[in-house]
Amino acid sequence: MKANYGYKDGSGDFFITVDTDLCNGCGDCTTACPAGVLELVENGYDIDAETPIAAVMKEHSKKIKYSCMPCKPAAGYAIADLPCVKACSPGAMEHSW
Amino acid sequence: MAEVQKGKEYWRWTESRWTSPDMDWKSGGIISAGVDVGSVSTQAVVMVDGKLYCYANMRTGSDSPESANNAMKWALEGTGLSRDKIHATVGTGYGRVNVPFATKAITEIACHARGGNFMYGPQVRTILDMGGQDCKAIRCDEKGKVTAFLMNDKCAAGTGRGMEVFSDLLGVHINDVGAMSLQVAEEPPPVSSTCVVFAKSEASGLLRQGWPKEKVLAAYCSAMAHRIVTLLERIGVEKEFAITGGISKNVGVVSRLSKELSVTPLKTDLDPQIAGAIGGALFAKALYEKKGK
Repeated sequence: MKANYGYKDGSGDFFITVDTDLCNGCGDCTTACPAGVLELVENGYDIDAETPIAAVMKEHSKKIKYSCMPCKPAAGYAIADLPCVKACSPGAMEHSW
Repeated sequence: MAEVQKGKEYWRWTESRWTSPDMDWKSGGIISAGVDVGSVSTQAVVMVDGKLYCYANMRTGSDSPESANNAMKWALEGTGLSRDKIHATVGTGYGRVNVPFATKAITEIACHARGGNFMYGPQVRTILDMGGQDCKAIRCDEKGKVTAFLMNDKCAAGTGRGMEVFSDLLGVHINDVGAMSLQVAEEPPPVSSTCVVFAKSEASGLLRQGWPKEKVLAAYCSAMAHRIVTLLERIGVEKEFAITGGISKNVGVVSRLSKELSVTPLKTDLDPQIAGAIGGALFAKALYEKKGK
């Protein structure tokens, strides 16, 4: 299942998508993220799930455009080099912008 | 402009309760309950063997545990059933951790998908929950399992609370807002902002320009519908489509939304606000059965 965290406003779409079927709850993304945006939480979408899943913290999801800014092209990163996306070995993490 | 009565609570929507006329909780089945404490409304649902027995839908007060207690008390009123006879209870919604008698708290996303599946049938694939302070788009499979989820985390514009503010501003009872917004010969351009605060000042300006109430409401309802459509673009709308939550009772928003999406939402005889609590009660039953084994 695809969980979208973020928002859409006049300046664009800002969503981090976590594919909970691929996410194995390893937590590598939470340590890779320099802004500390991600955390491991109980899988609230599937009550039978046993492993936790990565999620965007509530306080960051409403300002994700700004929280993620240090890793975006303006700060010298290439989109393909996003630390969280790179750290995710199962490939569950995606950014919409 | 018609006079606005002072002190009248235009925003106060109709609370409801219901008991199944042909069911008896004494039949010996599993009695499960779901309590959905939302930001604006609280619902309590009691099910016997996975069939709907009774429910209550009322306003959330300032105290979440108290709201949960009150809703449960009202749901059980006149049934002879008491809380200690309920085998398992699931709390859901934004105040889910504040349901004192809950066995477990489950997110409203999982509960809405499960409840929508029960209320509208297994053919439902997209559920739009238009609640008091947020709007969630949920995609699910034929078992009511969530396959995609999206909500706008940034702001609560275009939700039930916004509609309450508008009904108060215009002195139109919230139950009549939808129908009244359809009484326009020509659809006005939507208000440019769906932010409740900005939209309210924009509406005041339109009223001063001499716009009738109907036209202002139409402009707000269509702005709300349009905003939801752009939100839905991200996860897509697959048939069948259903709308739950308080706004689903507003024909002004629903009809504009279905026109823009070109899909007709499924209908239900039940109160569309109870979907989350139904899901909770179904999960409670499953939890109880699992524990028993």
